Amino acid sequence: MNLLKKFLFELQEITNLIIAAFFGLFRSPRYFSETIRQMDLIGVGSLPIVLLTGFFTGGVLILQTYPTLEYYSLQDQAGKSVATSIIRELGPVLSALMVSGRIGSAISAELGSMVVSQQIDAMRALGTDPNRKLVAPRIIALMFMLPLLTVAADIFGIVGGGIVASGVFSLDYNSYITSVRFGITTQDLIGGIIKPLFFGLIIGSVSCHKGLSTTGGTVGVGRSTTNSVVLSSIVVIIFDFFLSRAINSIFDIKTI
Amino acid sequence: MFSLQNEETVVAEEIIEEELQPTDLEDAVDEPHRIIPAIEFRDVHLSFDDNKILDGVSFTVRRGETKVILGRSGGGKSTTIRLVLGLLKPDSGQILIDGEDITNYSEIEMMKVREKIGMVFQEGALFDSLSVYDNVAYRLHEQGIDETEVETEVRRMLKFVDLEDAIDKMPDELSGGMRRRVGIARALVGDPQIIMFDEPTAGLDPPTARTICELAIKLRDLEDVSSIFVTHEMKNVEYLSSEYATVNENGEVIFEMEGEKLCLINTEIVMFKEGKVIFSGKNEEFRATKDPYILKFVRGK
Repeated sequence: MNLLKKFLFELQEITNLIIAAFFGLFRSPRYFSETIRQMDLIGVGSLPIVLLTGFFTGGVLILQTYPTLEYYSLQDQAGKSVATSIIRELGPVLSALMVSGRIGSAISAELGSMVVSQQIDAMRALGTDPNRKLVAPRIIALMFMLPLLTVAADIFGIVGGGIVASGVFSLDYNSYITSVRFGITTQDLIGGIIKPLFFGLIIGSVSCHKGLSTTGGTVGVGRSTTNSVVLSSIVVIIFDFFLSRAINSIFDIKTI
Repeated sequence: MFSLQNEETVVAEEIIEEELQPTDLEDAVDEPHRIIPAIEFRDVHLSFDDNKILDGVSFTVRRGETKVILGRSGGGKSTTIRLVLGLLKPDSGQILIDGEDITNYSEIEMMKVREKIGMVFQEGALFDSLSVYDNVAYRLHEQGIDETEVETEVRRMLKFVDLEDAIDKMPDELSGGMRRRVGIARALVGDPQIIMFDEPTAGLDPPTARTICELAIKLRDLEDVSSIFVTHEMKNVEYLSSEYATVNENGEVIFEMEGEKLCLINTEIVMFKEGKVIFSGKNEEFRATKDPYILKFVRGK
């Protein structure tokens, strides 16, 4: 019961944070330059790790699935299998997990340090709402940049798969590209963009909430950083299931 | 607005104690707004879980008065300041700022109230990512003030705390005392008429602590600022309740001891014990008390 109460309380706090940040967007001053700075930090800063993750995920997918496909004489479906897996699931989820590890922890640690050194109190005392100045730009930047990072990861994943398919298994590159082109649908692409939008919201709100609710000095900062990454990663994975289900039924995507 | 007042103002605040009452009728006629206390606590209660932090706290801070809040660590001193700023809300009771009941104000309503309050935090609470200039200019940048005006104001404030040379430094390049002084300069931007000092001398060497107290005295005597000065150092109490700032014939600010012919009436002590006010009055009364808890605090043993 206590756990349930704690969960509901956290959920309420996170929801309040999102609402406060959202309504803050309609009042001046607006922190446009801070949002751009966050986009640069989150988007450009995370690009290398997301691209690497995408590339090697595509490669390993082919490495593991190609022998099975070959056994059933379905080598010409190799591109489709990689593209579908990456665009529908692995691209959005892995990008979100990488960003959660890199950015979620940084947000939580930064805000947590500001809390324990009374900088958040100072900000409020100086007439600034931290939800508008700190939370809103980070959530917006994450919601905007994560879909773009996911698209980049998807492309590199497909390229990685192609390189491994032709390099290791001597699959004709044209056959791979054709399989990718005819294998993915517009619904897959839209679904693959919608997911990271929500994942960005989850990572941003959970990390900001954990950072702003830090207590217990520097030890508390470490604790909230860990909690932020663990919680946002778990919520992303759980939410992915329900989101996939919703997207599949909305766009009538066949799962076979 | 931040100009030095002439000597007459200072002398007026040094009238013999018997002749002046907090709500003196003549003062009230001349400046009716002075009747309204700058800060007023009415039977304020606050608890965190089962832990009572404030238990029926009531006191007032008049205009131009410094209230020194004394008490052991964890006794509710800093909480009192946070309540004034609306960073916390009381469980019951009323808090009034300039006669305005802010107890149930929302965060948006509090933003307006905070414009007239400056806050000096224990460790300075400077923004790590901003230079001294940007820290002091923070409130003005948020208000979208023209940069030329901002620079003039920032330089004026840094001159007041004698830190003009540190304008381009980052907070991590400053000593503890310098950080507090930058914190004071930041709190003074916008000329607030109420200032909160949350243990501003904690962990500082005696000369630097003295400098911080002198700044508080200057604000009280030359700028007519009302303040709450939270501390647990008796040396600070001595400075604040026995010295006053005035301007000599060369226009320099000097500090003098109260003598036989005058007695400072614009500094009072409030002593907290386990969330309750156990003493409120002048320094002389404080030191003459027989209360064993206060005696222990005064003597430090």
